[in-house]
Amino acid sequence: MKKLSVVFALVAALVVTGALASGGDIKLDHAPGDVRDVASLQAGARTFVNYCLNCHSASLMRYSGLRDIGLTDEQIKSNLLFTADKVGEMMNTAMVRKDAKEWFGTAPPDLSVIARARGADWLYTYLRSFYRDASTATGWNNTVFPRVAMPHALWQLQGEQVLKEEIIKEVDGKDVSDGHGSVRKHSKLEIVTPGVLSATQFDVVAGDLVNFLVWVGEPHQVLRKQVGFWVLIVLGILIALTWLLKSAFWKELH
Amino acid sequence: MAATEKQPVTGLGPLNGVVTWVDARFPLIKLWEDQWGKYIAPKNFNFWYYFGSLAAFILVLQIVTGIFLTMNYKPDATQAFASVEYIMREVPLGWLIRYLHSTGASAFFIVVYLHMFRSLLYGSHQKPRELLWVFGVLIYLSLMGEAFFGYLLPWGQMSFWGAQVIVNLFSTVPFIGPDLSEWIRGDYVVSDATLNRFFAFHVIALPLVLVGLVAAHLTALHEVGSNNPDGIEIKKQPKDPRTGLPLDGIYSHPYYTVKDIFGVVVFLFVFAVIAFFAPEVGGYFLEANNFIPADPLKTPLHIAPVWYFTPYYSILRAVPPMFTSQFPGVAVMGAATMILFVLPWLDRSPVKSIRYKGPIYKFALWVFVLTFLLLGYLGTEPTNVWGQTGAWLGNVERATVAARIGTALYFAFFLLMPWYTRIDKCLPEPQRVTWK
Repeated sequence: MKKLSVVFALVAALVVTGALASGGDIKLDHAPGDVRDVASLQAGARTFVNYCLNCHSASLMRYSGLRDIGLTDEQIKSNLLFTADKVGEMMNTAMVRKDAKEWFGTAPPDLSVIARARGADWLYTYLRSFYRDASTATGWNNTVFPRVAMPHALWQLQGEQVLKEEIIKEVDGKDVSDGHGSVRKHSKLEIVTPGVLSATQFDVVAGDLVNFLVWVGEPHQVLRKQVGFWVLIVLGILIALTWLLKSAFWKELH
Repeated sequence: MAATEKQPVTGLGPLNGVVTWVDARFPLIKLWEDQWGKYIAPKNFNFWYYFGSLAAFILVLQIVTGIFLTMNYKPDATQAFASVEYIMREVPLGWLIRYLHSTGASAFFIVVYLHMFRSLLYGSHQKPRELLWVFGVLIYLSLMGEAFFGYLLPWGQMSFWGAQVIVNLFSTVPFIGPDLSEWIRGDYVVSDATLNRFFAFHVIALPLVLVGLVAAHLTALHEVGSNNPDGIEIKKQPKDPRTGLPLDGIYSHPYYTVKDIFGVVVFLFVFAVIAFFAPEVGGYFLEANNFIPADPLKTPLHIAPVWYFTPYYSILRAVPPMFTSQFPGVAVMGAATMILFVLPWLDRSPVKSIRYKGPIYKFALWVFVLTFLLLGYLGTEPTNVWGQTGAWLGNVERATVAARIGTALYFAFFLLMPWYTRIDKCLPEPQRVTWK
């Protein structure tokens, strides 16, 4: 009987975390990025190689691809090249997958196309939603991805947050204290130990980082739209011309 | 011995000599004139008649872009995912080729569905075009296979788990099921062996079948002649003494040549808007989960096939398991596609076009279209998307109830057709086509 209830509790926990992990219940903040903003992409690249690349790879991206965001080979070499010798190499991580699995329980995912899998808003909210939690192995937890294996890589910048949960009993939107009415759990992240950056400054850093990840997800996306613009103009002209051609032939039938 | 020498070819300027030489040794002019140049078509084709030539155009587009993708794609479970991204990032214009191919897959189904709907509108499946319709259904089924095999190739999570789910359907077949599904996969789970054989099916086996079926489809069409929005046979009309053609007939060339070129350009405009500006189409053409590499140890929470399979996926889920077997659902889903083959013999209507068909058929067709769209939508969502009914209805999922009603309506459209098309009050058909 006891065994059975443990199994039930585990299944329930799995279902709950599964539902949360899907992101259905969390309201995501809108990521501010613009992939044409080269300054933001360069700032994001800097944060990425300094804070992410230690554990995560972007193994489908070459360092030399960073030329497209306005960096020279010299700049890439002297500022960003920590895990490779040549700019032609892939953005791999120094961490060995097997070690990673041992340390974190799961190997950190490759981030080459993470923005396409998760979406910019999810990443932006996730990066800003770590909080201290003594019950986890890393001491960190996340409201967007509960019990995530990743510790808060940017904690020195953001500071430490805690999750304040308060149970509000309310009737028709009004708080009542006598215990009637529906119960609403309300939780809020609060910074308890400030980091190097203010909250607004940190939002900019996270925004730039996400912007960079969106760009890395599809480095040719700006070119794609530029080409598409001209393709549509040409096709628009062709629509007119082929319509005139068709009309000229069909006139004799009517 | 040929009875008469062929006439020399004229009207091609400097090419006259070469073409005459070839034509003396190969039925070039005859082939061109039979299949297109002197093919007589009704003059009143409307909007719905663009989709046949568009489907042919997309077939060529898919083959050409497919060839270029094959040059850099690696059908290997350890390299497939990265090779697709290599195409997206490092192959010159690889991103363009890949998006044309991925958008083309969905566009193919949109165009084919509209082409099939045209048949339901104007009775193009009715006598004497039954075999033409049967070839068309075979093309549609081959296309589903082609899409299914191709979807595994990017080796993302949805590729992997979608293939896993579909191949597992075969394991529900009584007695031979488990062996059958293992034979299809070539392994106990979807793996490198599966990827390799699906690659072979996708790039050579099914394209060959498709091209052959399209040739048969077109040959049958040019034998019986095209239907038209009025559903009357122009071959039965008296000949125009001036031209020698049926009164409402015109040569395909140049009239439908220039019209179809216009259609292709308009299509390309819409196609380019998607391929260049929204190739993912909100996750319907390219799913977000497919940007996560396949992981046999992590089952996604919600596995849904790509949108063009979802009506049938809904039907599959709508049927409850019986005798602890999922096979009834698989059988019903199979029946939902197979029933298309017998449509020409289910339709007993004395007229072809919806313009002259009675109110019952019109009503049945619209209910069918709405049902198909509803089933398609439900197939993209988890079954709890609309929550549960109250306790008085037994706490069942509303979406499952809707899918069951939809499944019943889907089959009712076909199975009741012999009855309702016979009693329907049709209008008299005109002698000449109209320009409505």
